[in-house]
Parts: sequence; structure tokens; C-alpha cells
Amino acid sequence: MSFLQHLPALQVVVPLMAAPLALLLRRSNYAFLVVLTATWAALAISTGLWVQVADSGPLSYAIGNWPAPWGIEYRVDPLNAFMLVFVSGVAAVVLPYSYSSIQAEVAPQQHYLFYTMFALCLTGLLGICITGDAFNIFVFLEISALSTYVLIAMGRDRRALMASYQYLIMGTIGATFIVVGIGLLYLMTGTLNLADMGKRMAEVQGSRPVLAALAFLTVGISLKLALFPLHQWLPNAYAFAPSAVSAFLAATATKVAVYVLLRFYFSVFGQSQVFGRLPMEEMMLILALAGMFAASVMAIYQTNLKRLFAYSSVGQIGYIILGLSFGSVNGLTSTVVHLVNHGVTKGAIFMLLGGVALRMGGTTLARVQGMGKVMPWTSFGILICGLSLIGLPGTAGFISKWYLLLAALERDQWWLVFLIVLSSLLAVLYVWRFVEVAYFKEPRQDIVAVSEAPLGLLLPSAVLVVATVYFGLDTSLTVGSAARAAEFLMGGLR
Amino acid sequence: MNGMVNSMGVGGHFTYVITVFLMVAGLFIVIAPGNLIKKLIGLGIFQTSVYLLYIAPGKLVGGTAPILSDAYTVYSNPLPHVLILTAIVVGVATLALGLALVVRIREAYGCIEEDDILALDAAAQDSTPTKQ
Repeated sequence: MSFLQHLPALQVVVPLMAAPLALLLRRSNYAFLVVLTATWAALAISTGLWVQVADSGPLSYAIGNWPAPWGIEYRVDPLNAFMLVFVSGVAAVVLPYSYSSIQAEVAPQQHYLFYTMFALCLTGLLGICITGDAFNIFVFLEISALSTYVLIAMGRDRRALMASYQYLIMGTIGATFIVVGIGLLYLMTGTLNLADMGKRMAEVQGSRPVLAALAFLTVGISLKLALFPLHQWLPNAYAFAPSAVSAFLAATATKVAVYVLLRFYFSVFGQSQVFGRLPMEEMMLILALAGMFAASVMAIYQTNLKRLFAYSSVGQIGYIILGLSFGSVNGLTSTVVHLVNHGVTKGAIFMLLGGVALRMGGTTLARVQGMGKVMPWTSFGILICGLSLIGLPGTAGFISKWYLLLAALERDQWWLVFLIVLSSLLAVLYVWRFVEVAYFKEPRQDIVAVSEAPLGLLLPSAVLVVATVYFGLDTSLTVGSAARAAEFLMGGLR
Repeated sequence: MNGMVNSMGVGGHFTYVITVFLMVAGLFIVIAPGNLIKKLIGLGIFQTSVYLLYIAPGKLVGGTAPILSDAYTVYSNPLPHVLILTAIVVGVATLALGLALVVRIREAYGCIEEDDILALDAAAQDSTPTKQ
């Protein structure tokens, strides 16, 4: 039993230790094995924690045996247990994919550095999810962000450097805004423990520094999660990073930022505060709708598939935030479900696009003409995921939109239902752009000899494609967990 | 810091005025110039302002380090210092990584002006549309 008690610490420590080990080993195959072991161990640990939380309620772990309000507390509840399984699960699929993928995309002498940074990035993302300490969130946020900048800069194209630099500037501004917010909350409440902060919030609610903290946190986290007007860093970062990095980031990074937003809004500020004293609900609603439409329209006009689906990500973030803005159980359920469903879908798309870039020499629409003939499996996979982005029944995307529609209907907002369906039509348009060039055009003369992507890339992608369909048919795992998490959030911290 | 808290001027809000000034100035320098190094300098100033935001309120005039003794009754809060030590480390790492990126951008593009780099990218896109 004593070993099981330490699972919350091991969740972060195992990938954290894998990083320096991979760095010291230097041989890329050894480094890969170390990080792979750590990643799969992290998945096993998170699954263990998830089962424990489902059985016996939230877990609390005092780092270094310093009790909760003073020491750093790791706290696992229905929401972040689910996030931990999701993040480590995606990492466990993307890492084997990266072994084949980076052979062509990253210089061989940098492979061990890639695995080191991957392990650090995973550490950061898992740490953000599991910690119950506000300042600790910032530290893990920067661990994941700094390693992400390095990973993006490993892209072969020189534009990857500029994308990484711009992300560094925007990401650091976002993180600094978050620290300002946390600092103001600390000044007002005298505590950094999120649970403790939430309890003390009643005494100081409505004071100006608390409202300022809310504003700083909202803007900072929105930068990190690429909410519509703050999304400029995202398309280039996704388009020029190595494919494995695009897939991992698209699936997890922005989603973890959404988790941070949920955590601060519901566990710290509580609902009366956030959705009462400032017009947060209306603001989030407007930004979400703007993102759903503007980013989807921009996606339609892209000529590079990676950028097209990157803009689509910004649009899909809109649905996630829309669910959050309702502040109801169904709305939050759709938020949490869409985090996972969209993460799995987008992860699959970017993994498949990695195979496209490898075989066809790029992902511009002009290059991938006739892809359906030369790479049938890859094209079919992207098509299925595209249907999930639209929200066709039988795919994961339908489930999240269904709950979003339920939440809108609960409030009798028919115009919102109309807008959600209308924005899905925009998704039809940008997915159609892919279908048109892939299936209704002849392959270019110089790439007729191209064959299907190698199995090393295809198999891990297939896992996520199958998950996209599976989560659209059997929703007990995703919706069940998300509904528990949503009820937990609505019930406050207790 | 002690001196700043003591000085009069805008009452007890003096440190906040400095903090906010540095914050806005830093953010402006990040956004306004096209030079990649200058942007990083602005980022550094912006982050430093936050160190002040944390540390200044932790200091009580006449307070000592929190050592339990009958001789002292007023203690300063040491926690902000610890937090900001961490934040400084993060700031140094960010700056170092940013500068390393600028070095590699210079090697790849031959310049560190944002406008020039974007122009080079646009030109490359026009001439070789099939470049990966």
C-alpha cells in the first residue's frame, strides 16, 4: 500500500527523471527506450490514480510531508484524474510515432535532445494537472512551455525558428500575466493552496485586486489556450514544428490550459464570483462565438493542410469555451468531453499529416492532390477525423456538440443552437477542401509513385483514429468521466 | 526596497506605481520594436516588474526575518522571496532560450529585424511554392 500512496508524486517524478537520463545517455535509441518506459509508466500511474479516485474520492498528497496549506499539495479529483489519463495516454501513443517520424524531420544528432524535451514537456503538462498549488502551476507551465519552444524550433524549415520565437514571446507574456494574477490572489488571501484560496475567497470577494487577478488570469490563460483574438502564435507553431510535436501539442497543450482556466474559475473563484460580479459569462460567450466563426473561415482559406487544421483548432477551442461560459453541468460536460474528443481527433490528424509530409514532400493543397489514390489509408483516416471535426453522428465530435446543444437548449437559447449548427457548416467547408483535392483530383505526375505511409507512423495514428470513432459510439468512458468532473466542479471544491 | 516604502510621494502606493510603470513599459517594448533582441529586453523588464509586485508587499518596515525571538515582534514575509527566486530562474531560462533562438534565426535569415524576416519568408513562398 505504501507504494500506491506515492503515486501522485511518481506521476510527475518518473517523466522528470527520464529527461536528464535521456540527456546523459546521448544514444538516441537508449534515450527513446528510457522516455518510452517513463511515458508508459506515467500512463499506468495515471490510470491507477483514476481508479483510486473513482473508488474512494479525491486524493491529497503532501510533498515532502509538509501539510497542505503550507506545503505543496498534489490533489487528484475527478477532473484532473481524467486529464492525467488523457495527457499521458496521448503521450504514450505519440512517442512511438515520433520514433519513426523524427528520423526524417530532425537531425540525427538531436534525437536524444528531442526525447529529453518530450519527457520534460510531458512532466510539465502532468504537473499542471496534478498540483494543488497556484505557484506550482506557473512553474510547471513554464517547464512545459520552455520545452515546447525547443521542440518547435527543431522543425526542419527555418520558419520553425520564427514560429518558436513568436510563441516564446506570447507564451511568456501569458505566463507572466498568470503570475501577476496568482500574486494578487496571494496578496489578498495569504495562501497559494488552491483549495485554501477557494475557501478564503468569500472574505475578499469583490475587492479590486481580486477582480484584477481574475482579469490577469483570464487573459494570461486565454493566451496559452489560444482563445480567438489571442491565437496568433498557434498556426505557425503547429505548421512548422516536427509532425510528432504538432500532434502532441495539438492534442494536449491548449487542452491543459483550458483545465487551468476551469480550475481557477470554478475551484478558486467559485461561481458567484466569476459569473456574477464581472460580465465574464457574456465575454467568454462572445469570444467563443467569434473564434468558432472567424477561425473556421480563416481555415477555409488556407493553402497548407497543417495550417488549415491549426486554424480549425482555434475554432474548436471556441466550442470548448462556449461550454464553459454556460456555467451549467451540461455545458461543463461538453467542455470536458470536447477537450478529450477534440484532442484525440486533432492528434490523429496531425499524426497522419506527418506521414503525408514524409511521402508527398509537404502538406500544401497543391502537393497532396490525388492523395486518396496513393495513400488510401492515411486519406481515409483524415476523412474520418474531419467528419469528427464537423460533428457527424458516430464520431467523437458529435458527442461533444450534442452536449453543447443540450446546454444551449436548457437555457432556451435557440439562436445559439442555430449558430452552433451554422459554424459546423463552416467545418464542412474546410474539411471539403481536403476531400476535394485528395479524392477528386488526379495525383501530380511526380508523385504517382508515392506509397502509403510507413507502418511506424500509420499504426500509432490508427490508434487515435479508432479512438475517435470509439468515443463517438461508446461514451461511457468519456461522457461518464466528464459528467462526474462537471458535477464536481459545479459542487465547488468539496 | 525599504527606502521605497518609506518615501512619501504617492503615499504607500509608490512601489505599485513603479511596478505598473515597468510592466507597461516592458510590454510596450515587447510589442513596438521590430528588433528581436529589443523585444527580449522588453520581455525581461516586463517579467522583472512582477518580481517587484511580489516582493514589495512582503516587506514590513522595521520587520525582521521570521526568527522566533522575544526581541522581535514584526516579521517580514519570506515566502515571496522564495517564489521570486523560482521566477527569476524561469526568467533567466526564458531569456537564454530566446537569445539562443535569435542566434539561430540570424544564422538562418542573416538578420534579426522582424519585418525583414517576414519579407524573406514571403519572398521564399512566392519563388518556390513547393518548398517544404
